[in-house]
Amino acid sequence: MVIGKSLPRVDALDKATGRTKYTDDLCDRGALIAKIVHSDKAHAYVKSVDIKEALKVPGVVKILTCFDVPEQPFPTAGHPWSTDPHHQDVADRHLLTRHVRYYGDDVAAVVAEDEVSAVQAARAVKVEYDVLPIVLDAQEAMKDGAPLLHKKYANNVLAHTDIRRGNYEEAIKEPGLVKVEGWYDTPTVQHCHIENAVCYAYEEAGKVVVVASTQIPHIVRRCVGQALGIDWGRVRIIKPYIGGGFGDKQDALYEPLCAWLSMQVGGRLVKLECTREETFVNCRVRHAIRSHIISYVRADGTMVGRKLECWSNQGAYASHGHGICAKGMNAFPQLYPCPNLEADSWTVFTNRSVAGAMRAYGMPQAIFAVECHTDDICRKLGLDPIEYRRRAVMPKGYVDQFSKNELYSDSFNQTIDVGMKYMDFERKYKEYQNQTGDIRRGIGMSVFWYNTAVWPISLETSSCRMVMNQDGSVQVQVGETEIGQGADTAFAQMAADTLGVPFEKVHVVSCQDTDVTPYGTGAYASRQTYTAGMAIRTCAEDFKAHILKVAFDYTRMQPYLCDIVDGNIVRITDGRVLMSLADLSASVLYSLDSSEHLTMEKTTQIKTNAYSFGCGFAEVEVDIPMCKIKLLKIINVHDAGILINPALAKAQVEGGMSMGIGYALSEKLIYDEKTGKALNNNLLDYKLSTFMDHPHLEVAFVENPEPTSAYGTKALGEPPVIPVAPAIRNAVLNATGVALYELPMDPHLLFRKFQEAHLFAKEE
Amino acid sequence: MSEQQYKMIHCWINGCERSAMIDVRASLTDMLRNDYRLTSVKKGCEVGECGACNVIIDGECFNSCIYLAVWAEGKHITTLEGLMGPNGELSDIQQAFVDETAIQCGFCSPGFILTAEEILERGKIYTDDELRKLLSGHLCRCTGYENILRAVKKTMYARNGKKMPKEQ
Repeated sequence: MVIGKSLPRVDALDKATGRTKYTDDLCDRGALIAKIVHSDKAHAYVKSVDIKEALKVPGVVKILTCFDVPEQPFPTAGHPWSTDPHHQDVADRHLLTRHVRYYGDDVAAVVAEDEVSAVQAARAVKVEYDVLPIVLDAQEAMKDGAPLLHKKYANNVLAHTDIRRGNYEEAIKEPGLVKVEGWYDTPTVQHCHIENAVCYAYEEAGKVVVVASTQIPHIVRRCVGQALGIDWGRVRIIKPYIGGGFGDKQDALYEPLCAWLSMQVGGRLVKLECTREETFVNCRVRHAIRSHIISYVRADGTMVGRKLECWSNQGAYASHGHGICAKGMNAFPQLYPCPNLEADSWTVFTNRSVAGAMRAYGMPQAIFAVECHTDDICRKLGLDPIEYRRRAVMPKGYVDQFSKNELYSDSFNQTIDVGMKYMDFERKYKEYQNQTGDIRRGIGMSVFWYNTAVWPISLETSSCRMVMNQDGSVQVQVGETEIGQGADTAFAQMAADTLGVPFEKVHVVSCQDTDVTPYGTGAYASRQTYTAGMAIRTCAEDFKAHILKVAFDYTRMQPYLCDIVDGNIVRITDGRVLMSLADLSASVLYSLDSSEHLTMEKTTQIKTNAYSFGCGFAEVEVDIPMCKIKLLKIINVHDAGILINPALAKAQVEGGMSMGIGYALSEKLIYDEKTGKALNNNLLDYKLSTFMDHPHLEVAFVENPEPTSAYGTKALGEPPVIPVAPAIRNAVLNATGVALYELPMDPHLLFRKFQEAHLFAKEE
Repeated sequence: MSEQQYKMIHCWINGCERSAMIDVRASLTDMLRNDYRLTSVKKGCEVGECGACNVIIDGECFNSCIYLAVWAEGKHITTLEGLMGPNGELSDIQQAFVDETAIQCGFCSPGFILTAEEILERGKIYTDDELRKLLSGHLCRCTGYENILRAVKKTMYARNGKKMPKEQ
């Protein structure tokens, strides 16, 4: 058995030698190069586009503008399609736009023989605008008279949903309640996968083929078909290895435009590669969300009535839309159950870059608000934050009525115990209270909530194909993509164990090709091991049964007397090896009487979902005069069910923690208030965590097998990012007594807040 | 296009003597990727911020995206493709990246491995903090750097014939 073993990644050797081919590595050097003419206005109507001068640039093949593109709008979100029109993604994009809605919107595109010509020509395109006023803040955008981005959406509200439980207004009248209230702001941040967004397209065999760095090839095929108004079967998407995605590539980015451009130049090969600056502005970002929480609690902390309002900054187009904010809101009544509750969430268009999916899909924002608020309650009532959480958090046995998710294990207490022990929390928390002086230490924590996959919000389906070679080895294909997280390796481990073949004899086909790969929706929602796991297990079990049936002709043994173990047909009654899979598959394939190529393909629909929980702890040192937070010690503890590959699981958590540290302390995409221009859309001015920005990252797991999962697994890819920022914030609270209400907690913020709290006493 | 725009560039790449007519505007990244198809040299920012295009030139690491191809005249350049042994053997640092799960999406790995190689070639033992600083010219969004540090450290001790101290 190989499940549970830390085997090296199946793609590690290729990646360590540099032979792994990513999209741009595969593109023929003769490709035409496409460059986009981006608006230098954040909100405007395009009056005219003058391409006369640009056409004179040597090497230009074609220039297309917003007046040339198909009329039908299309959606881009990487969601499974719905045949119910009410559940379909918002179709609000055009390949190039006449109504510019953010600084950098796509107005025209140049196709040229080489990059220099394309860039020069793009600069020479002259665009005339009717400039409109802009709005960058979600709540400002909702006010009457604010600039309207999409006619269909009054007050720029893409969607509003709510939750009502019990009677909040009546409940809060109870005498003696304490009111705790806070506003919590999270910034716009970007995924910063090291490989920029890139694709290339050409026509072949009556199809348009797009090779793209995407997490979701089958979904992108549908989006390209919709954008171009052509049959989906005429679109073929090929996904090679990709240099990170984190949700940014869970959207149709420039694949539709690139496909269309190729078709406008006779199907010639056209490459469209974003620069880093474009990846920051023209791909997707994480939603900035502002949350307002009011809790009415009794003196012992018992929650009597709670209210949440959150405003999600969608940016210019719908993309994943309200799903992100709604997911965050839905966690609110579940994580800390309260009988009387009102929650409202709004997703609002503004003239910023388009917000889409990003690692943990709304939860880093929501949990930052909720878990800062939990410590705010404790501080106000003088309660111990751990003891209080143990009491108030979702109890074992809790069932969510909508998803039917159940907390089967005592995950919260178990993970908290591990974290406390590692941090020596109890002692330090007390010791760090009421410090004075310039340098102070603090310790804090946060729990987190996450679902696995997207059922029942959307379809969950996964398909798996297994093909046996003459040597008894097996190709495994699924639509769920390897994006760096190690999915291929985990899939190989699952297939090896269920089918009964050695790990080395399982070849997961990493490259997805929508003409060849069975249908699966891709990499998102931390769904890979859960959903693909079910398809792999179903397929492998059926394949094994089929192989044993076929083997009867050679072994004369009834299938129920046999099993496949370590690549051999074994009689289970006495353990005798009857024949190898290699002998069987070669004999069957080359049989002159009854030749058969041993294959199996299965589609599995998934109608369950699984809670994935855990917590994070952080210890900090705050330098008050320097307004700096130094992270001293940090741990994430996860109950992600059974770990298929512990080393890869740990590596996933470390990467998520690093992203969480950036979110907490340094990352923020800044927009110019007047123009809406992004001011730091490069890796120098946008501060993601470097090698020097964190201490040792400690990771621990509690492995309670998930009962609904084919291999006992549940979400792990995204959750690690969630608890980091609130844990650090609560540690700063412990150190200084100053409660921070926004991210990132950089010196700009600390200076302001420490000044308000009169921590710079000497100056006054 | 004028003829002066191209120049014959003669250099050693991964031990082989090579020459080609190169656009004088091209970066070394462009030359290595486009003219010699050495695609381990990655483009992440093209302005020297991310380190993905890092190569070793005469024993020293450079971001090849901000190093003009014409400057490579007469130089000895090593890309990740040049690190393997003649029969496809992995070098110790490549093997350490595999063994220590220091690779995820793999896009930053070539640059990291070459900087690690440059550090290891010095034959010195560095502290964790020193190693972090020496490696900080590379950005990685997948790993949190933890396993990369361990891979480099492990190889550093092995090359110096010393036992790696127990981890915290």
